[in-house]
This record gives sequence, C-alpha cells and structure tokens, in this order.
Amino acid sequence: MTLLSLDRLSKTFPTREGGSVKAVTEVSLDIAEGEVLGLVGESGCGKSTLGRTLLRLIEPSSGRILFGGRDLAAASPREMRAVRRDLQVVFQDPFGALNPRHSVGHVIAEPLIVQGIGTRASRRARVAELCALVGLPETAPSRYPHEFSGGQRQRIAIARALALDPKMIVMDEAVSALDVSIQSQILNLISDLRARLGLAILFISHDLSVIRHVSDRIAVMYLGRVVEIGPAQEVMERPLHPYTQALISAIPQVGARQADRIRLEGEVPDPAHPPAGCAFHTRCPRAMEVCRGAVPPLGRPADTGRAGQVACYLHPVAS
Amino acid sequence: MSDPLLSIEDLQISAGGKAVVEEVNLSIAPGEMVGLVGESGCGKSVTALSVLRLLAEPQIGVTGGRLIYDGTDLRTLPEKRMEAIRGDEIAMIFQEPMTSLNPVFTIGAQMAESLRLHRRLSARAARDEAGALLARVGIPAPQAALDRYPHEMSGGQRQRAMIAIALACGPRLLVADEPTTALDVTVQAQILDLLDGLRRETGMAVLLITHDLGVVSQYCDRVAVMYGGRIVEEAAAETLFAAPRHRYTEALLATIPAANAPGAKLPAIPGLVPPPGQRPPGCAFAPRCRHVIERCRTEMPPLDGDAHKARCWNPA
Repeated sequence: MTLLSLDRLSKTFPTREGGSVKAVTEVSLDIAEGEVLGLVGESGCGKSTLGRTLLRLIEPSSGRILFGGRDLAAASPREMRAVRRDLQVVFQDPFGALNPRHSVGHVIAEPLIVQGIGTRASRRARVAELCALVGLPETAPSRYPHEFSGGQRQRIAIARALALDPKMIVMDEAVSALDVSIQSQILNLISDLRARLGLAILFISHDLSVIRHVSDRIAVMYLGRVVEIGPAQEVMERPLHPYTQALISAIPQVGARQADRIRLEGEVPDPAHPPAGCAFHTRCPRAMEVCRGAVPPLGRPADTGRAGQVACYLHPVAS
Repeated sequence: MSDPLLSIEDLQISAGGKAVVEEVNLSIAPGEMVGLVGESGCGKSVTALSVLRLLAEPQIGVTGGRLIYDGTDLRTLPEKRMEAIRGDEIAMIFQEPMTSLNPVFTIGAQMAESLRLHRRLSARAARDEAGALLARVGIPAPQAALDRYPHEMSGGQRQRAMIAIALACGPRLLVADEPTTALDVTVQAQILDLLDGLRRETGMAVLLITHDLGVVSQYCDRVAVMYGGRIVEEAAAETLFAAPRHRYTEALLATIPAANAPGAKLPAIPGLVPPPGQRPPGCAFAPRCRHVIERCRTEMPPLDGDAHKARCWNPA
C-alpha cells in the first residue's frame, strides 16, 4: 500500500539577484509501506532539497505531499508534530546532528520527550532497547556523542530516529561520510532494521553502488527533475535515460579496466539558469533537435515491457 | 621498469611521541601512477605530505628513514632548496581546491605568480602560458577563465585550475591527495582521465592517495594498501585486486557493496581502526581479522614477497 505520495512537488528558492532557482520541479513519486526508494543524482540535482521539503524542514512552493492519506504540504505545525512520529530523518553528518552537551541517552530519548511519551523510567527502558537494536553498547546512554566514532554516532542517530517507531525514515547521505569497512556495518544494520520493523526508507545518496545495494526502486534526478525511476535491477542493468547510463558507467569499479566507459563533457549546469527543454541536452551524447524544445514528460515508454518510467525523447511515452 | 624517481625508505612519522607511520617503503618510477590506499587514519595523507616536507612540525614530523628523490635525500636539503623543488619538481594537489587557491586573486594572477617565480617568464609570456595550461586541463574559454576568482568557478573547474597551477612548472612528480573525492562521479572521471593522459604524455609520475578502491583499480599501475600506519600489501594493481594476499585487503574488497548481490548481508569487518598509540604489538589488523592466528597478536609480520608483497602471517 502506498505510504507516501508526492504529487508535482516543487521548491523554488529566491536568488540574491532577484531571480529564482527551481531546486525541485514537479516531482511525483510514490513510496509503498516497507519499501526502500533510492534517490540518486549529482550535487545540485535537488535530491536533498526534495528530502527536506517532504519532511517540511523546507516549505514546499507547490504540490502535495500525501503521507498516510494526509497532505503534509497543508498540515499545521500541530499536525506536523503528530506526523513526525511516523516520519523521521537521519542526516549525513553525525557530528552536526547530535547535541554534544547531551548524553547519548538523552539524545536518543529526545523525540519521546518532545512528544511527551512515557515516564522517565519507561523512556530509559526504551533507550536501552533501542541501543540493543542498533548495536550500541549497554553503557552508551550515559556517555557523550564525542566519545563515539563516526560509525557509532550514525548508530546513535538511527536509534533516535527509531525511538517513536516510525513508518518511514528519510536517510540523506547517511553512510557517505563513513569508511568502507564501517559503511558496510551500517548498511547491514539498515537492512536488518528494515526486515525487522518493516520500515519504508527514502535513501538519498550520490553513490550508485550503495543505492543499488539497499533499494527496491531507484529514482534518478537531474537538475530538479526525476529523469528515470523504476525497479532497482531494471534501472541499473537496463537504464534507458542517457544520463542514468553515463552515471552508472562513470563509477570506477574494482576489477578489469572499463575500456568503453561513457564520458560526459562539462558539468551540471547552474540550476539558476537551466537549459531549455531537457536539462541534460547540453551534455547528452545523443541529444536531438527536439530535446532543446519542451521538457520531455516522465512516463512508461511505449516500446518496451518495462515497469519503470523515463523522461527522454529517445523513448516516447505510451499515450 | 626504469630507475625510481622517488624512493621512500623506512619512513617513520611521529606525533606527540607516538609513531603514526612506520616502516613505509615505496618507490615510484617516471610515468608511473601509484595508488596509496586506505581508510581514515591509516597514515596515507601524512605519508604524502612528508614527501613535500609539508608536515605541520613540530606537532608531527618525520622521525626516521629517507626520502630519496632523484638521488638526493629530501630530508637533508636546506629549506631554500626544498622550496625550489616544491612546484618545480614535485607538485601537490588536494581534495578541496578552495583551501589551496587564494580567494582574493584571480586564477590567472595565481598561475602567473608561479610561472614568473619558477620559470622567470615576463608578465605577458606568463599570462599566455597560463591560458595555454588552462586549455590543456580542459577549461572552456581559458582566456576568460584567467580573470575569474576561485569562487566564481564550479568544484570541477577549480580542481582543473589547481591541476593547471600544479603543472605550471612541469613537475616530474605529482602527489595527488584525494583529488576527486569532493567531485561528482561524472566529473571525477574527467579529472582522472586528465591526470592519466598527462602522465602518459609527459612521463610525470603520480602518487595518488585515495580511499576509493575502484579509482585505484581503474587508473593505477601499482598499489600499496596502508593499515594502522604501515603498508600491509603492495603489488601491481591488476594482481592485487584479482588475488589479494593480506587479510585486510581481502576483507575490504569483499565488503564493498558492488562485490555483493544487491540486498545481501555484506561481509562486514567488525570493530574499528586502532588509533596511533593504541595499536596492538603484532599486526594492527589482528583484532578485526577472522583469519587471525596466535602469532599475529604478538609479532609484527614483515612485508614479504617480491612483486607481490604482503605483511601477513596467515595470507590468503
């Protein structure tokens, strides 16, 4: 069953020069209960803004955020506080996200305190339970965040996000700052928690191999728009959008030299001045005249038996 | 292989009386790209900095060994000579170009300074040469780029500009410390291709410091893996990635998501990297190693082997 449904969600920021930047443009996507959707793209593509907007940490400019049947874009602060029980977040930087002056026990219990849940004793018991769940030592609650390594701090952040037993967590580059050997510990923890708690996760990352590992479905963003979305295997093994193809091809793999990697020229254009038409046409090796005209619609291509959707004139959408 | 351009011999680096890097031996030949790979705190970056004598002394400094560059031990040179070698002969680029580019001067002014100083060019000739260098590293409209300030460029352009500055004096050795870690993956590929092309074209040697095993595998001729301040394995890149001998390298390669089926439990390495001063007496990896034998805990294994070296009592 659908848990979260974004309906043409947009976020525009004003610029100092009096213009505007469309960070997120008309993104529509669904996340089912217990599903992990990987959201991938390069810096400035709008993936983090999208995550923050759906959490209402940033106010949306337009569109709807349907979560459990309620439109969060129109929710009052009071309603939002209730929603936070079910919708939590874990950020990249465990240093910045944890108050250094509070004990780990307090940090983890904070959502319970804010929501006025339980007694001191019951909260202490819940914290102990959460520490066990995420693999923190029993002594953790009485210690302080700086006493922990980066990986352990990310466990603390995850324990806090789980305190209210949410239905969904937004994880924004949650493993990106970690060393490889620690990253795999946290990735294993995430899949464990998912299996045990039936969590839905919006997993935002620039790292496609991590995304591939954790996601049921993958959405690829470029300059504020979703350009391809579909089942993880389909997107990774048979990508249709030339941008998705280039992104996958650019990952340096361990093993034999990849001789025929697709090379993109240039960089992601300035989001304040996006190219007309398909925003990728300036770097696309297969750009055509039509790509410079109107923005290609995101939809299921007519000519293939695919489950996913793509926004590219090379693959016209079924009418 | 030709004679090495740089030979690091028995390098020891200490901070606060504790050894941070020990027994590091590594050489680089002209035109070679050597990867120095490892996780945070393994000692790879301080090893790189020590080659240019850029360690923040007296907090941290070289306490033993030799750094033989072109027949001379860099450790014995007076600072004046070393200054000439830095830039002229050995150049370095870093992860974040913003920290090494001066924000108040244009890219052109910063390049011209180095060209006039080291190559004694006139102002006019220096500007022409700077423009040519920017063109060479793939900056579009290089003449206009000369008049831009670092903050007016994207991350990828700044990294190119920094490479252009590093190349200004035609160094014979480039030390690149995580040069693409802050960049997007499509731009990373462009920058690494650029470095790869330059070393093939000019015979410049490159010491590439990175945590990214994929980058090393795709671009380096040889690779040295560091753990706990020591090189634990060294071999031709192809050999090392196809058949790692050290148990740490083996475990690291097995744990990356790309080496596993999607969604499968990753063979994680338990525990943490031991900080300097808390390293065990034997192999630093022993407490985390699933193939540990008694000897590993008490006795430091030697770096054994000819073409494929490993510091392991119970290798794969």
